[in-house]
Amino acid sequence: MNDIVSAKELAPNIKQFEILAPPVATKVRPGHFVVLQTEEEGERIPLTVVDSNPEKGTVTLVFLEIGASTKKLGKLKQGNRILHFVGPLGNPSEIEKFGQVVCVGGGIGAAAIYPIVKALKAAGNRVISIIGARNKDLLIYEEELRKVSDELYVTTDDGSKGRHGFVSDVLKELLEKGIPIDRVIAVGPAVMMKVISNLTKPFRVKTIVSLNPIMVDATGMCGCCRVYVSGETKFACVDGPEFDGHQVDFDNLLARLRTYVEEEKLSHQMLEKGEG
Amino acid sequence: MAKPDKLIPKQAMPKLSMEERRKTLKEVALGFSEDLALVEASRCLQCAKPKCVEGCPVNIDIPAFIKLIQERKFEEAIEKIKERNALPAMCGRVCPQENLCQKSCVLGIKGEPVAIGALERFAADYELKKEPITPTGSKCNPTGVKVAVVGSGPFGLTAAADLAKQGFDVTIFEALHEPGGVLIYGIPEFRLPKRVVKAEVEYVKSLGVKIQTDVIIGKTYTLDELFQMGYKAVFIGTGAGAPIFLGIPGENLSGIYSANEFLTRVNLMKAYLFPKYATPVKVGRKVAVIGGGNVAFDSARTALRLGAEKVALVYRRTEAEMPARREEVENAKEEGVEFMCLVNPVRFIGDEAGWVKEMECLRMELGEPDESGRRRPIPIKGSEFRIPVDTVIVAIGTRVNPLIQKTAPLLKTDKHGHLVVDDYGRTSMKFVYAGGDITSGTATVIEAMKAGKRTVQAFCEDLQKSE
Repeated sequence: MNDIVSAKELAPNIKQFEILAPPVATKVRPGHFVVLQTEEEGERIPLTVVDSNPEKGTVTLVFLEIGASTKKLGKLKQGNRILHFVGPLGNPSEIEKFGQVVCVGGGIGAAAIYPIVKALKAAGNRVISIIGARNKDLLIYEEELRKVSDELYVTTDDGSKGRHGFVSDVLKELLEKGIPIDRVIAVGPAVMMKVISNLTKPFRVKTIVSLNPIMVDATGMCGCCRVYVSGETKFACVDGPEFDGHQVDFDNLLARLRTYVEEEKLSHQMLEKGEG
Repeated sequence: MAKPDKLIPKQAMPKLSMEERRKTLKEVALGFSEDLALVEASRCLQCAKPKCVEGCPVNIDIPAFIKLIQERKFEEAIEKIKERNALPAMCGRVCPQENLCQKSCVLGIKGEPVAIGALERFAADYELKKEPITPTGSKCNPTGVKVAVVGSGPFGLTAAADLAKQGFDVTIFEALHEPGGVLIYGIPEFRLPKRVVKAEVEYVKSLGVKIQTDVIIGKTYTLDELFQMGYKAVFIGTGAGAPIFLGIPGENLSGIYSANEFLTRVNLMKAYLFPKYATPVKVGRKVAVIGGGNVAFDSARTALRLGAEKVALVYRRTEAEMPARREEVENAKEEGVEFMCLVNPVRFIGDEAGWVKEMECLRMELGEPDESGRRRPIPIKGSEFRIPVDTVIVAIGTRVNPLIQKTAPLLKTDKHGHLVVDDYGRTSMKFVYAGGDITSGTATVIEAMKAGKRTVQAFCEDLQKSE
């Protein structure tokens, strides 16, 4: 249990692990996440499940090595075991036949939308996917998404591949063209989800975002992940992680995400010095 | 052996030095030495009809174990306790004995009752000092019947221990990565050291109980799936783990924690050892803790130890109404926690970055008694005032976490989400039992343990009837 069956570097600092966790693999649905911990001193890290294989009993995770904890996770190799692995957590994505759906994935969000795109397609939707990254080297899941999407748009901030610009630029064009869009699903950095939600609001296109606040237990016990949705406090771990983007207080989310900036820096310095 | 002598005063338990209490999380109450225990034990009158046993929710044979202490038969004393209580080192520390066994002690009529809790702890600690722990309960013939226990807090551990003693094949499923539930994530080191919890968990395991951590019933497996996996019965002790917030403006500003989050970061994730441990916690210079129960006191005293300059406990009634144990109130005072009674927060004010910086409060006065029998706090109009805060910890209680119920529609709940059970802990589903905070709202460790024992009895009866 919890063995890393395969480990792959998808892009600089972006890794993909396939982990043996049969009970989770049989249960997991698009939109679910898991929590893992690599060592007794480690943090509990929530990660969205990208794919699963119930026959093999594995689940696939994609993560960005951004802080000390995810960097340590990234050091693990095929054959290593994850100390603690629990899930599936959160509520699955709402999958129905909506009509035409646009799925937007920013950064590693491209991997996170993959299971949603697949499920929406299987449910009979026409799916337009838009993925973006800072540059071409950081683009992930392009081929996977091309296979399951009806249309795929790629953007890079520096123009090194696809459209020069942001995922929101493409969505804006689609909205302005007036093509029928029954729903938008956006997964990525909080700022990107905020921009997308602000963009679709005047067009009155239902927009679902998958929030990524700081979590501890991720089972509804601590309330660290609380967010304002329609002015009410919700726990992203048990009430979400997906919410109506037009109802989310993103400024509060962004402020709360910065709670431990200093501590994150310190942990990072420790890791660089080899003391972490 | 000392002759029972009621003129001997109750022996006080030694405490850690104040300097260490302000700087470390080390246990405050140090426990009786052998000499103190012998003196205290000698005070017990060995009543023919002991009231203390009735006062104990799990009916430990108190005079018998105290007599064994008098006779210096410490190992036999702990065996006597363990006949009824699998977690004596914990109960000796956190059980509110002053309201239970000790309240019933006849010596208490004219003077101080026997320090039963301290003696229980002495006997338990005596055993813990010796390695390894061996099971004392004689195992019945294994029945081979598989049973599942959900949650490894006081209810789960007690039910599991009793089930194992009856010969059942017991597996505990725990959602977190460490067993112990609230004993691990909630109660701080200075009141209940983790080594004590770990040792008693080991004892329960030594009875044959298996513990699977990182499994969430309602997520990883549903209740129905447990039955499909061959478990004959399920015992639910998932507690009341979801925090209640005040529901006032500004409550989601950075720097505002639920007590659950604050204590989980410190106790379970060991944030006090950051950055060696990766989970951080922020304790500013000025800390306000909202609430007057044990959890509020645990939070306030933890904040002091983590370097806060000023910790104010903000409570809407007066000290007399505080639900916390007297002992903890005194400890907090000694350590320098300030009390702001008859005060209720109404909103939080943040800075540009979204951090809490001030708390606006109203003064209160006490009116007529409410349903709880305590006088109801009533806000005084126009009494608004602000206090500067860097960190706020909200400790106004918890509610049920509906993770299991969501995937078990046959499980009946009341309007607060508590599982509906009969007097013996039987839920609305056959062979599903429950106890502790999931059924009753926030209560004590010992009440949860009592429920644990009772449900096992009920199950044994139900099983016999069904065969």
